[in-house]
Amino acid sequence: MKIAVCIKRVPDTEMRFTIAGDGKSIDTAGLKYDLSDFDGYAVEVGLQLAEKQGGEVVVVSLGPDAVQETLRKALSMGAASAVQLKADTIPADGFAIAQALAADLKDGGYDLILFGRVATDSGSGTVGPMVAQLLGLPCVTSISQLSIEGGKGTARRELEGVTEVLEFPLPAVLTIDEGIARARLPALKGIMAAKKKPLEVRPAQLGEVRLTVEKLALPAERAGGRILGEGADTVPELVRLLQNEAKVL
Amino acid sequence: MANMFAFAESRGGELRSVALEAVTAARQAADASGGGEVHALLIGAPGIGAHAERLGSYGADVVIVVEHAGLARQSAEVSAATAAERIRGGGYRAAFFSASAEGRDVAPRVAAALGVAMASDVTGFEVQGDAIVARHPVYTGKAIATLRLTGTPAVLSLRPGAVTAAEAARAGRVEPANPAIDPGAARVRVTDIVDRGSATFDLGEAPVIVAGGRGLKAAENFKLVEDLAAAFGNAAVGATRAVTDDGWRPATDQIGQTGRLVSPTLYVAVGISGAIQHLAGMRTAKTIVAINRDKDAPIFKIADYGIVGDLFEIVPRLTEEVRKAKAR
Repeated sequence: MKIAVCIKRVPDTEMRFTIAGDGKSIDTAGLKYDLSDFDGYAVEVGLQLAEKQGGEVVVVSLGPDAVQETLRKALSMGAASAVQLKADTIPADGFAIAQALAADLKDGGYDLILFGRVATDSGSGTVGPMVAQLLGLPCVTSISQLSIEGGKGTARRELEGVTEVLEFPLPAVLTIDEGIARARLPALKGIMAAKKKPLEVRPAQLGEVRLTVEKLALPAERAGGRILGEGADTVPELVRLLQNEAKVL
Repeated sequence: MANMFAFAESRGGELRSVALEAVTAARQAADASGGGEVHALLIGAPGIGAHAERLGSYGADVVIVVEHAGLARQSAEVSAATAAERIRGGGYRAAFFSASAEGRDVAPRVAAALGVAMASDVTGFEVQGDAIVARHPVYTGKAIATLRLTGTPAVLSLRPGAVTAAEAARAGRVEPANPAIDPGAARVRVTDIVDRGSATFDLGEAPVIVAGGRGLKAAENFKLVEDLAAAFGNAAVGATRAVTDDGWRPATDQIGQTGRLVSPTLYVAVGISGAIQHLAGMRTAKTIVAINRDKDAPIFKIADYGIVGDLFEIVPRLTEEVRKAKAR
């Protein structure tokens, strides 16, 4: 089985952000970057399938040379090879990205193309289903359980209040949700091996960019920090405030 | 003057609340552009068309009703193909979906089929001449991006609850149509839908969320959280990552950077210290209440109202008081 996993290099969102001078981006000074959380789960799902059923995982990432670091991390987890689709920046337009990925994945002979459900920076979750549409492949998004057998897949996905069980044929495009697998930590042996694994660089054939960031702002700070008191005797005061001040009850 | 398209989501034959939000958004956009029409697509099993009138009362001039016996369960493949076909031929300025589980599945396929860009999980928008400007939380809610979408039509998915559904009586004229592909020929088949039972109210859409953390000490103590949620009557139950990792609650209940990002009207944090990864998922709630034993817990810094103390005494009392307040 040949599995592609599309991954994104994102800033660690547990850090404090400031807005850059252009007012359209974050100040990147001092930021740490890593594989987007859900993409890590997708790599893990791909590796587990390849280990169990035979086959290999190819990781693909679009962006400047810095994404090679993220690709090497996936290689050290166990992916066989990596592809950088080289672009000066990662555009905000998911469809422009989807076109570049689809162009590169089209003739790759992949049985599965995996994505994380959403990238933790852009928070859009559009590129996976867009690639499926462009390639004309079946697509299941936000998968929380997956099994593949005899060229067919069964997946579960969580909707509001209900769980859907779906069947689909391969090849297919899938996006991976939380809860399915925790990404393994690369072992030293894997890190050493990753240095010798192939990492190909090809130019990204980005589509026309028609979605741009006009402005980026920090959300209004919460006024918070008001402690009403201690213990259960404070509860009536809380209920009164929820009714009369916050007007949410 | 421009016409707008809205995708009216339904499940199991029932209209979902986000359908009215999408129609309301389309109505607002049409009015802002000088008064175009709103066309809503309603797709499902025979009988789904009965909801057309309701969509009309929220601002749909035309309701495209697609009924098919093979659509008792929604198929993203069929919905996307049908919506794309209709939008392609309809000359719409913009198409509105919900950023619900189904909308997040369908809308990007529609955008790709039409060859246009889309703005996802939008919390506000404006029509500005040839462009549509949309606001969208990025970096797990730590920043808000203002996006400019050029090209027609613009595809947007709206964060559930971001637009308040508002009545605006229109004709809601029914226009029957066929699915763009035969549901029997869809490659992905939904074979079962399992009710998770717990949530009548989904985390993404509930007006109130009561969430529990490690402070509850054991899985069975979530009963306190569930009782409080039941007292509110319109609440969903959430949890921290520590709790879902320990298996006290299913992973789907997790609120935070790697779980659900929620913005309810009221968020009650029970025994939650307030790790950054959790705050990322709930800091946009309108009002936050925190109950925790540790007065220095970070959750108190963002809480509008905090009570320090033993949650095992405070929460049952709160449940009782909320029940009384609701009964008044």
